[in-house]
Amino acid sequence: MTGYLGSYATLGLLLVASVLIFVGAFTANRLLSPADPAEPAGKRATYESGVDPVGGDWAQMQIRYYVYAYLYVLFAVEAVFLFPWAVIFDRPGFGATTVVEMAIFVAVLALGILYAWRKKILDWT
Amino acid sequence: MTGADVLLLALGAVAVGAGVLVVTTDQLVRAGLYLVVCLGAVAGLYLVLTAELVAWVQVLIYVGAVVVLLLFAVMLTRAPIGRSPDLNRPGLPAALIGGGAGLGLAALFADAFRWSAVDLPAPGTAESLGTELFRSWVLPFEVLSVLLLAALVGAIIVSRPDIGSRP
Amino acid sequence: MTTPAVYLAQDPTLADFGHDPWWISLIKVVAAFVFAVLATLLGVWFERRVVGFMQVRPGPNQVGPFGLLQTLADGLKMAFKEDILPKGADKVVYFFAPTISVICAVTALAVIPFGPMVSMFGHQTPLQVTDVSVAVLVILAASSMGIYGIVLGGWASGSTYPLLGGLRSSAQMISYEVAMGLSIVAVFMTAGTMSTSGIVAAQAGSDRSASLGGFEFFAPGWYAILLLPSFIIYFISAVGETNRAPFDLPEAESELVAGFMTEYSSLKFALFMLAEYVNMVTVSAVATTLFLGGWRAPWPISIWDGANSGWFGLIWFFAKVILLVFVFVWLRGTLPRLRYDQFMRLGWRVLLPINLVWILALAGIRVLQKENSDAVRWGIIGGALLVILLITLAWPDRRKQPPRPLQEQVNARPQGSFPLPPMDLVVPPSPRARRGVAQRQPANVGGGAPDVVDTTSTEEKED
Repeated sequence: MTGYLGSYATLGLLLVASVLIFVGAFTANRLLSPADPAEPAGKRATYESGVDPVGGDWAQMQIRYYVYAYLYVLFAVEAVFLFPWAVIFDRPGFGATTVVEMAIFVAVLALGILYAWRKKILDWT
Repeated sequence: MTGADVLLLALGAVAVGAGVLVVTTDQLVRAGLYLVVCLGAVAGLYLVLTAELVAWVQVLIYVGAVVVLLLFAVMLTRAPIGRSPDLNRPGLPAALIGGGAGLGLAALFADAFRWSAVDLPAPGTAESLGTELFRSWVLPFEVLSVLLLAALVGAIIVSRPDIGSRP
Repeated sequence: MTTPAVYLAQDPTLADFGHDPWWISLIKVVAAFVFAVLATLLGVWFERRVVGFMQVRPGPNQVGPFGLLQTLADGLKMAFKEDILPKGADKVVYFFAPTISVICAVTALAVIPFGPMVSMFGHQTPLQVTDVSVAVLVILAASSMGIYGIVLGGWASGSTYPLLGGLRSSAQMISYEVAMGLSIVAVFMTAGTMSTSGIVAAQAGSDRSASLGGFEFFAPGWYAILLLPSFIIYFISAVGETNRAPFDLPEAESELVAGFMTEYSSLKFALFMLAEYVNMVTVSAVATTLFLGGWRAPWPISIWDGANSGWFGLIWFFAKVILLVFVFVWLRGTLPRLRYDQFMRLGWRVLLPINLVWILALAGIRVLQKENSDAVRWGIIGGALLVILLITLAWPDRRKQPPRPLQEQVNARPQGSFPLPPMDLVVPPSPRARRGVAQRQPANVGGGAPDVVDTTSTEEKED
């Protein structure tokens, strides 16, 4: 394993090492922590600042989080296309045309955030 | 069999297994987690096939962004911890269609390539991908921006019906 | 390639990676973990001491010399604590969430170059765990995977505060991840590569010296100077990405107790803390690598040739990282926490548009420098003007709505809001205030104003 796969094999080694370290840490924690802890009533109840928890454990999320996640997908895709473009745009054979192509791409996506802006989606009310 | 072959087989098995778990588990958030494992295994496949940029893009976009979007959507509708047995549908037709399509495609590919071996190409770095993209595939690239814009506008209109009243 | 090729012999290139014997790889991997844990132990101590200094109090100073071992004592204490699993929790996900956080934080550390080629037990090897041609993408992918640790930790606790904290945190991280990813694009544009060791080499290659009026000026090729807007945006989004003050809304004690960590205890809580501090060090290290010249010595020292060779690289690298971590602590000691709406507005309405315009402007300038024909040159300038015109026309209008009358605002409140006091309520002057004024009056008559001035000035002198 040399070169390309070798570089990634090192990353794989890192993952294996981290799994081993976690196994060791959790074993140590199990050995060191109290073996026979007390179980008073309410010990495992959910924490609500000292008040007895009422109702379910689950609050329905607001829709605005979803729109932000969607905007994130959009701009993550844009960033992913910007990366290879940024590496090659001033190599010989590219130049002004490539910049204009990317400008159109960015402008169309900027329309999206402009739309969200004018529709007050970006207002966290 | 080389090391790369073994890795490919193992990753493929992980991807298929996680995919099966996604559709069979009846805990919604767990299904999302299995989807992460499945997409991560596919990213691993790309990595072994030396398409490194695509592999990390898969992690960044699909594992990092799209599944977070799905999790948000799940938490928006219903995500109390525990099972939701009412989501189970009769599985046989879906299994037949899915399994049939998968096996059919697999047979097609196996028949098309038989035992012909293909050398791994040079690593798919940012340079090679960018050159390819901005030399030959500019139009699809531009159309993609319009597609993304349309999807965003659609998502905003569907998710916020109240915005019509606020100019 | 625009990168000026002044690679020195000790500069690692991509070809140098992936050839280490397995035991050297293992040493490097273990070193990365040791570095992560040490950085956390010292980082927490450093933060508490510096914030203590800023707030004129000693900070931890009992355990070990200068209180250095305080964090170690705290960490060991955590390991001795019972691990409580709340009743409503999802066991498996609850267990995996903190480990995901830590693994993602450490993975990003693996592609950071700590120094040049060194000789390790007779092997020439770069001081970097590994490098790939898309190394910066690995960092971004790791930090976007880190979101799972938080959103799942919040969900799996089965409790309200963690759920809200996890959602807030993940919305915050995805918002600033966008700004962060886009701010790095300018670095790729200038360096022409995405590998971390390549970017460090490219910055060394763009050092310039100029003489002006008989003085030799030296301009380091640090991208923090060449691409200042990108550096500022990167640093702001790094603070947001690591959930640090003033952007520490997910852990806003007054609103959400401890956010997604509320239900965690014992080792799992310690792992979340570890991930937070490793993340802080990682983004500082990435900023050092991408914008501050990486492990290379800063200017006056770099005149000495030996400064950039061998293990010396570690010194400059850690100096720069500690400087950035100090800025993180400084921010925490200085700035109050933002409100959530202000925070999201900053991310989406300020950082993102500035980023996009800056990238395109930079691309235009760089192409302009290369183009020789006048037609293309004027075409680009005309196009830029057109874009500016369009932006001004389509800019969301900032006209202030005239404030609505108070009664109308009160009527617009939804059913079941809190009751309001009467509109024409006038608070009577406090009797205590009147008494205070009355008592102070005679002193002014007798001693005169200079007394008052004297006391304040002596107080200032004591400071």
